[in-house]
Amino acid sequence: MLFVPVTLCMIVVVATIKSVRFYTEKNGQLIYTPFTEDTPSVGQRLLNSVLNTLIMISVIVVMTIFLVVLYKYRCYKFIHGWLIMSSLMLLFLFTYIYLGEVLKTYNVAMDYPTLLLTVWNFGAVGMVCIHWKGPLVLQQAYLIMISALMALVFIKYLPEWSAWVILGAISVYDLVAVLCPKGPLRMLVETAQERNEPIFPALIYSSAMVWTVGMAKLDPSSQGALQLPYDPEMEEDSYDSFGEPSYPEVFEPPLTGYPGEELEEEEERGVKLGLGDFIFYSVLVGKAAATGSGDWNTTLACFVAILIGLCLTLLLLAVFKKALPALPISITFGLIFYFSTDNLVRPFMDTLASHQLYI
Amino acid sequence: MTAAVFFGCAFIAFGPALALYVFTIATEPLRIIFLIAGAFFWLVSLLISSLVWFMARVIIDNKDGPTQKYLLIFGAFVSVYIQEMFRFAYYKLLKKASEGLKSINPVSGLGFGIMSGVFSFVNTLSDSLGPGTVGIHGDSPQFFLYSAFMTLVIILLHVFWGIVFFDGCEKKKWGILLIVLLTHLLVSAQTFISSYYGINLASAFIILVLMGTWAFLAAGGSCRSLKLCLLCQDKNFLLYNQRSR
Repeated sequence: MLFVPVTLCMIVVVATIKSVRFYTEKNGQLIYTPFTEDTPSVGQRLLNSVLNTLIMISVIVVMTIFLVVLYKYRCYKFIHGWLIMSSLMLLFLFTYIYLGEVLKTYNVAMDYPTLLLTVWNFGAVGMVCIHWKGPLVLQQAYLIMISALMALVFIKYLPEWSAWVILGAISVYDLVAVLCPKGPLRMLVETAQERNEPIFPALIYSSAMVWTVGMAKLDPSSQGALQLPYDPEMEEDSYDSFGEPSYPEVFEPPLTGYPGEELEEEEERGVKLGLGDFIFYSVLVGKAAATGSGDWNTTLACFVAILIGLCLTLLLLAVFKKALPALPISITFGLIFYFSTDNLVRPFMDTLASHQLYI
Repeated sequence: MTAAVFFGCAFIAFGPALALYVFTIATEPLRIIFLIAGAFFWLVSLLISSLVWFMARVIIDNKDGPTQKYLLIFGAFVSVYIQEMFRFAYYKLLKKASEGLKSINPVSGLGFGIMSGVFSFVNTLSDSLGPGTVGIHGDSPQFFLYSAFMTLVIILLHVFWGIVFFDGCEKKKWGILLIVLLTHLLVSAQTFISSYYGINLASAFIILVLMGTWAFLAAGGSCRSLKLCLLCQDKNFLLYNQRSR
C-alpha cells in the first residue's frame, strides 16, 4: 500500500542524513527564511522562527492561489512548463549535487564523462517516466527519489526551530486548504472534477495503475469518489547564501490523498498521495535523525508515529470517501513524539541501558 | 568493533522477528497495520512510563546515589505495568476491529516485541559499528552478544505473552493476565538483580521456553499436530499452502 513508498522515502532520507555530512552542515539559508536563528536570546530566536514561518507559508499560499488561477483560466501550457522545469531541476541539478556529496563521503573518484553519462541517463529516464509513459514501478521509484531529494534540501536549508514551526504551520494550512469551502485546494479539486480531467502526474504518487491515453472509456474523475487535489510544486534553490538570484521556483506544498476508483477489471483500489506529503514526512523524520542527538530511538518513534497517522488518514478516507489532507494527523503525531521522545524517553532509555535493565 | 559484530548481533536479535514478519505478516496489509498499531501502543506506553519516571525524578530532586537506582527500578516496574495495560487496550482495539481475532495472534505480540527490542538494542548496535574495545574497563567482553540474545528473548517473549494474554482475555480468565504481568516483572527484575550475564540469560531462556509451550498450547497446538507438522503429514497445512499459491 502506501506504507512501502513512504517508508522507502524516509529510509533514503535518514540514511543520507546519517552518512553524508553535507546535509547536516549549516551553509546559509533560503531566501524564504531570511531571519537568522543565531541570536543571543531565546525570545528573539522564537520570534525569528515564527517570522520565517509566516513568510514561508505566505509564499506557499500565494503559489497555490496562483496555480488555482492558472488552472481555472486553462493556462495548461504554463503549468506544464512550470512542472517540467521543476522536475528538470530536481532530476538533474539536485541529483548531481547529491551524487557529488555521496562520492565525497565515501571517497570514490568519478571522472566527468562517467558522471555526465550517469546523470544524463538518470535524469532523462526520469523525465520520460514522470511526464510521459513508463513502467509504474519506475515512475514510483523516481517520484520517491525526487521527494527524498527535495526533503534533503529542506533539511539542509531550514534552520532548526523554523523547521519545526513550519511543519506545524503547514499541517494547519493543509487542513484549512483542503477542507474549507473556499480553500484553494478544494477549489482546485472541484474545478478538476467539473472538467473531468486527469491529474498532473508529476505531483501525485499513485499506488495503482495510471490510466493512459488509450483507455478513454475509463474516465477516472467521473466517479464521485475521486477528488483531485494538488498544489504547485515549489523548489528553492538558493544554493549559496549570498542572495544570488534563485532559480525560478515551482512550488510543492502539501497534497492530499484520495481513493482511486473501483472498476470492474481492477481488483485493487489505487490510493494516491501527494508528493508534498512525502516530502514533509521525510523532513520530519530527517530532522529527527539530524538533530536528535545521534539517537535512533527518536527517529524510530517519529517513523512509527507518522505511519500510524497515515493509517488513520487512510481509515478516514475509507469512511468519508473524499479528498482529505494527509499531513495534519501524521505531522501532529510526529511532532508530539519527537519532542516527547527526545526529552522524556531518551534519558529514561539511556539510564536503563547504562544499568543493563530490560523492560 | 567490526561489521561482523554488527551484522551478527543484528541478526541474532532480530532474525526470528524478521522471519515471523516475512512469513506471517508481510502478505496481508491488514496485519501490517495491526503490527504498526501494536508498535504504536508500546511506544505510547513507554512515553507514559518515561513521563512518570521523569516526574518522580523531578519531585525527589536530582540526587546521585542509590536514590537514582531505586527510582530507576520503580520506573522499570511502572513501565512493565503500563505496558501490560496497553496490551489490554490493544486487545480491546483489535477485538473491535476484527472478528477473527484468533487468526492474527502472532501480530499482537510482535508489534510490542519489535518496538521493545528495537528501542533497547538499536543504539547499542549503532555503537558497535564505531571504534572501540569492549570490556576495556573490566566489564564483560561479551556485552554485545549478551545484549543481542537478551533482545531476542524479549522479542519472542512479547510474542508469546501476546498470544497467551489474548487467549486469557478471550476466555475471560483474568488469572492469566496476572501471570503474564508477573512473568514480565520477573524477567525485568532479574536483569538488574543479577549482574552475571549467564544466569540472567539462562533463566530468561527457561521462561521463554515455558511461555512458548503455553502459547503453543493456547493457540490450539498439541503434540500430535506438532508431529504431523514436522513430518509434513499435516493435510490441512499442505492443502492450505497449495491453495494460496
